[in-house]
Amino acid sequence: MVEAPLRVMIVDDEAPARRRLRELLDDCTGALPLAIVGEAANGREAMEILHAVTSDLVLTDIHMPEMDGLELARHLLKLQQPPVVIFTTAFHEHALQAFDVSAIDYLMKPVRMQRLLAALQKVPRLKPLSVAKLEELPASSRRFLSVTERSRVVLVPIDEIIYLKAELKYITIRTAQREFLLEESLTKLEEEFGPRFIRVHRNCLVAREAIRGFERCVGDEGDAHWEVVLNGVTETLPVSRRQQYVVREIGRENQ
Amino acid sequence: MRPIIRQNPSPPELPDFRNLGTVLRILVAVNGAAIVAAVIQAARPELWAGQLLDNISVLEPQLILQLALLYALQPWLARQPYATGAWLVAALTVACGIAVNALIDASQIVRGGDLLRALVLGLLLCGALLAYFRLRARALSPAIAEARLQALQARIRPHFLFNSITAVLSLVRNDPRQAEVALEDLADLFRVLMKDNRELTPLASEVELCRQYLALEKLRLGDRLQVEWHLNSMPGDALVPPLVLQPLLENAVYHGIEPSSEPGVISINIFFKGGDVHAILRNPYQSNGGRHHGGNKMAIANVRERLALHFDAEGTLASKVVGNAYEVHLRMPYRQSSSTATADPNRRPAGADAAPGTSPKSNGAPLRFVANGKVSHG
Repeated sequence: MVEAPLRVMIVDDEAPARRRLRELLDDCTGALPLAIVGEAANGREAMEILHAVTSDLVLTDIHMPEMDGLELARHLLKLQQPPVVIFTTAFHEHALQAFDVSAIDYLMKPVRMQRLLAALQKVPRLKPLSVAKLEELPASSRRFLSVTERSRVVLVPIDEIIYLKAELKYITIRTAQREFLLEESLTKLEEEFGPRFIRVHRNCLVAREAIRGFERCVGDEGDAHWEVVLNGVTETLPVSRRQQYVVREIGRENQ
Repeated sequence: MRPIIRQNPSPPELPDFRNLGTVLRILVAVNGAAIVAAVIQAARPELWAGQLLDNISVLEPQLILQLALLYALQPWLARQPYATGAWLVAALTVACGIAVNALIDASQIVRGGDLLRALVLGLLLCGALLAYFRLRARALSPAIAEARLQALQARIRPHFLFNSITAVLSLVRNDPRQAEVALEDLADLFRVLMKDNRELTPLASEVELCRQYLALEKLRLGDRLQVEWHLNSMPGDALVPPLVLQPLLENAVYHGIEPSSEPGVISINIFFKGGDVHAILRNPYQSNGGRHHGGNKMAIANVRERLALHFDAEGTLASKVVGNAYEVHLRMPYRQSSSTATADPNRRPAGADAAPGTSPKSNGAPLRFVANGKVSHG
C-alpha cells in the first residue's frame, strides 16, 4: 500500500529559517513520504497560497509581520479541511504555555531532524486545534477577520472595517466596499479589539476613526435620538439611549 | 602625589568641580538656600521677592567666582589629600567672600551685607555641600557602582541567539564560507556580551561590534534590514561604556524592522560636537507594531542608567518620534584613553570620581576614526 505523501507548508518570515526547514524535510523524505506544497513569509501569504493548494500540516513561526502564527492558526480553522499546525519557535513562548503539552506540538529552533520526524509521524493522529483553545491564548488581537465565502476563506483587514452589526445569527462586517457575514460574538470582538471600536448600540460596534459626526434625528413617533454619521458609507446608524454618552465623549475629542 | 596603587578601600575624594553634575548640584543647593533664607528673613509673603533679590545680589557673584576658581584649580585640588582639599575649599570660600564684599562696597551699586555674617553662612553652606558630596560618593562607591553595573550588563534577547544559529545552519550546506564568517561574528559578539563590562572601551571597538551584530541580523532578515553608517567625524578613541550602542540597535531591529515585511533603514550617525560625542540612531517607527510590547523601554532605561553611572549628568539619552522614524540621541563626554587613566587600576566608573587626566578635552579636534575603512557602508 502506498501512502499519500504528507503535504507540508512552511511559514516563516526569515528566509534562512525556511531554507533550513526545507533541508530538514528533505532529509525526512527517506523515512516518511512528504511533499512541500508551499512556503510563505507570513500568515497572510500562507492563507493566500492555501486558496489554491491543500495542506495537511503547517509548520509556522510565531512572530511574523502582518499576521503572526497564532492568528494564522485561528484563520486556518475556517478552511474546509483545516491542517494540523505545529509552531516553530526560537525560545519558550508564554503564549504556548497556555496549552497543555499534549494539545500542541511545537518545535524549538534550531530544529533537530529527529524531533521534526517524530512530529511528522504524529500528524495523522493529531487534530486541528480548537477555536476555544486558541481563544484562551494571551495573544494580541487579530489583524484580520476571516469569513467563508463560497468555500473560500476571505481575510478582512481590521483597519478597513467601518462597523460591525449583529443581526440574528450573524455579524455584518461593513467596509467601504462591501459587506461580509461573520459567525462570531459581538461581545468577544469588543473585548478583543478594545478601544478601536466603540459600542453605539446593543447590536453595533463602530470604528472610532470612521466617525465623522452625529446627527439629531426625529423618529416616526416623534422621539428624538442621535445617529452616527460615518466616513466611507452613506448609511447612518442609531445611537441607543444607553450609549448616548458616546456622543458627548467623541464630540469632545473631535473639538 | 596620589599613590598609583592603593591597597585600601579608596580614601574619600573631593567632587570633580569640572563635572556638570557637580556644578549643577552646587548651583541648585546654594540658590535653594537663598530662597529659604529669604522666606525666613522677610515676615510677609509680599516681601519675599525683594528679600530674595537682596540675598542673590550678594550671593551670586561669590558663587560664580568660587565655581570658576574651583574649575580652574580642579586638577591641583584633586591631587591633595581629602582633608587638605576640604580646608582649601573652605579657605577659598572665605577669600571669595571677602573679595566680593570688598567689590560690592567699592561699587556701591547694592548695599553690602555684613561681612562676618556672609562668611559664616558661606562656610556653613560649603561644609554642608562637602558633606553631601562625601555621602553621595560613598553611596556611589566603586563597590556599589560596580555591583549596579554588573546587574545592568546588557543581555541579548535569547531569540536572537537561536534564530542566528538557525540562520548559520541554513548556510552550512550551501555556503560554508559565509557560515564561517557568521560564526566568527557570533563568537566575537558573545565574547563581549559575556566579559566583565565595567571598564570603558574605545568607541571604535563598540562600532565594530555593532557592525558584526548587524551582519548577523542581516543574515536573518535579508533585504528587510538596510543599514546606513555616518561616521565621518566619529572620534574612534573616545571611551564609552561597553555595549552602549548594541542594545539600542537590537531595539531598533526588534521594533523597527521585524514587525514589517517591507525593507526599513536603520541609520547610525556618530559625530563629535562641542566637546561631546553624539550618536543618533534612527529606525522606522511602526505605529501598529504593537505586537512587540515587552521590554520596549528596558534597553533604553538600562543604557541610560549605565550612562549616569559612568558620566553622571554629562551623559544623556533622549528618544523621540520624528515623523515616521524613531530616534534615539545619545550624548557622552569625550574622554580619551590616557596613560594616567589606564595605569590606575582603581579608576572609578562613576563620572564624579574620574581620575585626573580623563577630563574631556575641548580644545583641538578629536582624532579621526582610523578604522573607518573597516566599517562597511550599507
